[in-house]
Amino acid sequence: MIEIVSKGLLTTVQDMGRRGHQPSGVPVCGAMDWQALAAANILAGNPMDEAALEITGLGPELVFHEANIFAVSGGDFDMSLDGAPIAVGRAYVAPRGARLKIGAARAGFRACLAFCGGLDIPVVLGSRSTCLTAGFGGHEGRPLAAGDRIGFRAPQTWLPALERRAWAYPLAQKARVRAVPGPQDAAFSPEGMATFFSGVYTITAESNRMGYRTAGPEIAYKPGCGPNIISDGIAPGAVQVPNGRPIILMADRQTVGGYTKIATVITADLPVVAQLKPGDSLTFEPAEVAPAQAAYRAAVRRLRSLAFELDAAGPEW
Amino acid sequence: MEIEILTCGDSALTLQVGDRIDPQVAARVRALCRALGQIPGLELVPTYCGVTVHYDPLVRDDAEVRALVRLKAGEAGAEGEASPEYFELPVCYGGELGPDLPQLAAHCGLSEREVVDIHSGGQYLIYMLGFTPGFPYMGGMDKRIAMPRLETPRAHIPWGSVGIAGEQTGVYPSVSPGGWRLIGRTPLRLFDPKAGRTLLRAGMLLRFRPISRAEYDALAGGDRP
Repeated sequence: MIEIVSKGLLTTVQDMGRRGHQPSGVPVCGAMDWQALAAANILAGNPMDEAALEITGLGPELVFHEANIFAVSGGDFDMSLDGAPIAVGRAYVAPRGARLKIGAARAGFRACLAFCGGLDIPVVLGSRSTCLTAGFGGHEGRPLAAGDRIGFRAPQTWLPALERRAWAYPLAQKARVRAVPGPQDAAFSPEGMATFFSGVYTITAESNRMGYRTAGPEIAYKPGCGPNIISDGIAPGAVQVPNGRPIILMADRQTVGGYTKIATVITADLPVVAQLKPGDSLTFEPAEVAPAQAAYRAAVRRLRSLAFELDAAGPEW
Repeated sequence: MEIEILTCGDSALTLQVGDRIDPQVAARVRALCRALGQIPGLELVPTYCGVTVHYDPLVRDDAEVRALVRLKAGEAGAEGEASPEYFELPVCYGGELGPDLPQLAAHCGLSEREVVDIHSGGQYLIYMLGFTPGFPYMGGMDKRIAMPRLETPRAHIPWGSVGIAGEQTGVYPSVSPGGWRLIGRTPLRLFDPKAGRTLLRAGMLLRFRPISRAEYDALAGGDRP
């Protein structure tokens, strides 16, 4: 069991999201950075989609009431275990009573803190993810607060290849985000499309798990077209343009919406977006679906190979 | 059935079957959902004019999904629907549970009784769920009881509230802020995550059944916000 001593900026229980209930208006939620969740879980000896704590900006401080193995992956957060500095991107054993302190990120913005054997959080509508907007799922449907206690389902103090359980998360130096035009790309003029794919957009403070608002060059519609459409469905990474500037819709986005969507960020680059914070800038690059899917499969394959290599390890000599 | 496929990145497609909000387009949307429901591994979100299809690119690729949806859409008939599915929602109108009913009645030049009769006399086609879990987007409200939404939204609307905003009527599944004119409240939970249940579905025809405060209290049981 862990106990939260200090909550950090926004710490929530997330897995890979809630599937199958979007027709009921239930958002997918889940980790903003699927790659960080997968990697943290692999290092901690879990299936990639096990529920973990998602950390944002400034991390929490917590105490281990039971020994367990843990790992953090994603942004480069300042961390210490019982006062001794430790690193993101590797597995550690926390003895009973150990204090883990996660501070600010030197690079990136989000990370996932995974615990071996997973967390004792009820499964609601097929997932342990927190739906902040509707107040259910995860830990009581809300961000973690000081005093919260969460149990471990199957803690362990040993895993194969413990000393080799490390992976350098590939933080992007420059945020160049690939996006496939559509579904409402036809509403934008050629100049508008060119602006979108060449402009530098800066994340504003009005950003959260539902989406990232940006400031930057205004995107033009075709004559006679505007930002309103008859509401349709929304994919992860959809880029809405309600007011001339892109809004990138993320994990807690609504399931349907009535604004034009110029493009959709590819799954492989959602982690790049998830590591952005207000004040950071990004540019968009056009992409096509088949290469985008290939890029995603390649990224997952690399993670699966890491898992196989660590967990299939034989005795070391 | 004719569909237009719109690309929504590398894990979704929107299939459009119409360009306006009306019951005929909604019937095509339902027929398309029935046909696509035969394809395993897709999450289908019906909307006003089409269906957004979500899939896992680790399991299926874009070309395969497009081929499958085109095939099933081709087989889908616009007719062939069984009798419509009705849902009756009990609502206690007015008083403490419908604080805006007097002003709405005055605004529309009707008595409160007439507003209730008109509202509960209608049947409302549910086009889709969205905005918040369990929230129905419905059509078919009588324009005689239309009223613009509040200029200053309330910070806190109780779950189950039934309201009117412009020419739309709706039901709030959960506590939220909002500018709707509240005319009544249902004791039923439209969305209950612990029970894993949503009461309403796209394609249902919703009717409101007026109930007394005593019946409301009995149905609500100990269930308070």
